[in-house]
Amino acid sequence: MTRRTLVNALLVLAVVALFAVPLLIDGGSSEYGGTDAAVTEELEADGYTPWFDSLFSPAGEVESGLFALQAALGGGVLGYVLGRLRGRRTPTPAAPGAGEQ
Amino acid sequence: MHIAEGFLPAGHAAGWTIAAAPFVVHGARAVVKEVRENPESTLLLGAAGAFTFVLSAIKLPSVTGSSSHPTGTGPGAILFRPPVMALLGTVVLLFQALLLAHGGLTTLGANAFAFAVVGPWAGYGAYRLARAAGAGLLPAVFAAVALADLATYVTTSFQLALAFPDAESGLAGALLKFLGVFAVTQIPLAVGEGLLGVLLFRVLTVNARPELERLGILTPAPVATAAGGAA
Repeated sequence: MTRRTLVNALLVLAVVALFAVPLLIDGGSSEYGGTDAAVTEELEADGYTPWFDSLFSPAGEVESGLFALQAALGGGVLGYVLGRLRGRRTPTPAAPGAGEQ
Repeated sequence: MHIAEGFLPAGHAAGWTIAAAPFVVHGARAVVKEVRENPESTLLLGAAGAFTFVLSAIKLPSVTGSSSHPTGTGPGAILFRPPVMALLGTVVLLFQALLLAHGGLTTLGANAFAFAVVGPWAGYGAYRLARAAGAGLLPAVFAAVALADLATYVTTSFQLALAFPDAESGLAGALLKFLGVFAVTQIPLAVGEGLLGVLLFRVLTVNARPELERLGILTPAPVATAAGGAA
């Protein structure tokens, strides 16, 4: 494994740890409600009534599906671009693991 | 950063829409110009849009026991300057407002101003300042991507405080209250997003060197330098 690959892997691990560690320490005592929803609840408790409703509000499961769709579209395009850029760098099919620069 | 549909008084909603509209229109022209003059940019432009698309779809838990969204607008602002992100960011918000009931049409202007205008500009400003102060590419990318995320939520807090000043402590008190909800939760997310931005640019410096040189991110090297130069 080259140094570059190692650093990249450590970066991924750091990001995972950054979100996994609070979850583990917390041990399920928090609900992890969204901050956006926290604010709207607070405003409604103070007596504010929204004057316009969403044209389309997906039910819970459909909503998570649509969020997953958004992430999949983004991840797919990002992977396609990075794959193309990387493929361009080694035009001939090199042996696996051949020289990282 | 999503102010929910109908949660800004009509005057504020209209005001922020008017404020954001010129940036978005200018951004649309910037995207068209970039694609027309530099068709080879299309791939990276797609990557910039995809990065904000995927990151803003993910809700991440934070140390405060709440969860929130990253923004992903920083890398595009560094690569193509902030106007491009004004359009790409607004497209993301429109997708979420129409399909996910996240944010809304009446609050699209305010959300676009925070997410697609202030965030990218703050990130780009941090990037330029850091580079001018002699920072390397990757530290500057980290600062830019993290700040683009944080600045978005600070702006949202300000927008809410303007619309809902506290009865006793006024604007400042309300700002502190909303910052308490958004900003603290957002700090670990901003750090994580900054690290992802660094990862993205590490991959790009190896695989998209010609594009980064043309965009002025990397200075052309006479001979291919060792990877240590950018790392």
